Amino acid sequence: MKKYKEQAMGIIFLLAACTSIICVVLICLFLFSNGIPAIGKIGIKEFLAGSEWKPGDTPPSYGILPMILGSIYVTTGAIIIGVPTGVFTAIFIAKFCPEKILKWLKPAIDILAGIPSVVYGFFGIVALVPAVRYTFGGNGNSMLTASILLGIMILPAIISVSAEAINAVPESYYEGSLALGASHERSVFCAVLPAAKSGITAAVILGTGRAIGETMAVIMVSGNQARMPSGLLKGIRTLTANIAIEMGYAADLHREALFATGVVLFVFILVINLLFSLLKRRNG
Amino acid sequence: MKRKEGVIKDLKVKLLSYKKSPVSFILFLLVTVPACITFFILLFIIGYILINGIPHITIGLFEWKYTSSNVSLMPALVNTILMVFLSLVLSVPVGVFTAIYLVEYTKSDNKLVSIIRITAETLSGIPSIVYGLFGFLLFVTALRWGISLISGAFTVSIMVLPLIMRTTEEALKAVPDSYREVSFGLGAGKLRTVFHIVLPAAFPGILSGIILAIGRIVGETAALIYTAGTVAEIPSGKDFLFDSTRTLSLHMYALSSEGLYTNQAYATAVVLLVIVLFINWLSGVLAKRIMKGNQA
Repeated sequence: MKKYKEQAMGIIFLLAACTSIICVVLICLFLFSNGIPAIGKIGIKEFLAGSEWKPGDTPPSYGILPMILGSIYVTTGAIIIGVPTGVFTAIFIAKFCPEKILKWLKPAIDILAGIPSVVYGFFGIVALVPAVRYTFGGNGNSMLTASILLGIMILPAIISVSAEAINAVPESYYEGSLALGASHERSVFCAVLPAAKSGITAAVILGTGRAIGETMAVIMVSGNQARMPSGLLKGIRTLTANIAIEMGYAADLHREALFATGVVLFVFILVINLLFSLLKRRNG
Repeated sequence: MKRKEGVIKDLKVKLLSYKKSPVSFILFLLVTVPACITFFILLFIIGYILINGIPHITIGLFEWKYTSSNVSLMPALVNTILMVFLSLVLSVPVGVFTAIYLVEYTKSDNKLVSIIRITAETLSGIPSIVYGLFGFLLFVTALRWGISLISGAFTVSIMVLPLIMRTTEEALKAVPDSYREVSFGLGAGKLRTVFHIVLPAAFPGILSGIILAIGRIVGETAALIYTAGTVAEIPSGKDFLFDSTRTLSLHMYALSSEGLYTNQAYATAVVLLVIVLFINWLSGVLAKRIMKGNQA
């Protein structure tokens, strides 16, 4: 009797463990089976390289190039803002921070990670958009605003992963450099950092993934015009925003085109994740 | 007082030592300034929302009924609790059992284990809007559950699964092997050891992961907008699982995108922020407790 119970529970644990595999398979299956036919109907070239997204016109045009570029631009902006700030903060936390300040800084970063994206978005609407409007002109709902907001949002991911990478460098590197007469700062920057390079790259890739995938905060501050990006202070629409905005009323081919947009986004994310886990493996 | 003087003296010595090496001083500034910026961004965001929001918190916001003249957040709050509860009922057993399987029942160089890890990593990297699309396709359309509480709960429970898995795995690994050996030595079977010795010892760690998952669910918007919907009413009746609901985050999004209720949106943001901060704090306290427990 007892033996059966043991075996039964063993099987239950095994089944539970397979859930995540099943989920990934289901997600791929459903997304691809609903999105790829639409790409076929629209034509892969028209879909990926078309610069017009006008689902309401006759004949409608479904080109997602503006959104692909939008995602890439906004993400690049976020990286430009978030990576230096994040990586330097991580260096500070790992090598410079006195215990007393660390007690405040660590929870602060956890909180930054915990703030929901709608709250970031709302903060963007009430504080960042007006600030950008007054400082740089335009109407404030722009690529720049979205980049700044995303740059803030990816900070915690970048900081925690890079701080981990820096801490993982053997202490002997640092001590060796000190013993050769280098100052604390020089040892950190010239001996420890190069050794943590791949871990920091992994942090940047993780941040990229977060930025591309972010939806709500971006919708709330970026203006969402579905046209080719035309400047830092002009509105922009990302892949994620395209799905979330039009899903509510889309029908037929329009809806399928949105699923196809999801497929493109999903492929982007899969590639980024793959890079991330490859780098992390090499690091570990 | 004396200690303070000591600190100032230390700082002086440190700053004087930079006189000889200006490059080091620049590097020192290079890391200190961004760290301060990060800290002040957080203070600014939280301060801005609290200062602007707290004056607008009124009793009317906590009325049971949502109307267009009084955009009460109470229904959304109740829906959020329902959503969290349902999602945890679905995801916690699966996540914990997976972790038990990975830690207690297999060796780490197993082929299946590596596939499970890769898929869990993949799941944790998928953006929430893609979960939303998937939930819409599978639960709302294919299973005909409609835009409902249960579709939303299933969607977010898949989303938080990797988080629960990972934290539980870490908590189980932190339980010293001697616990298991003693239990086996006393004649207990594998199952009894897991449920009576290992799980209780790992409980605070697991709980801290679950609380983090609650935080994710409370803050989630994009995955829920087309699976759970935006109806601002508390689901009721026999089929309440299949009613469309609006969680607090979605409520917040609806308020701020309508643009008519900025003050109420501020107040809702405060409530949301306070809940999330409390959840984070709780999880941190629990995580600290296990670290102390392990040292003892």
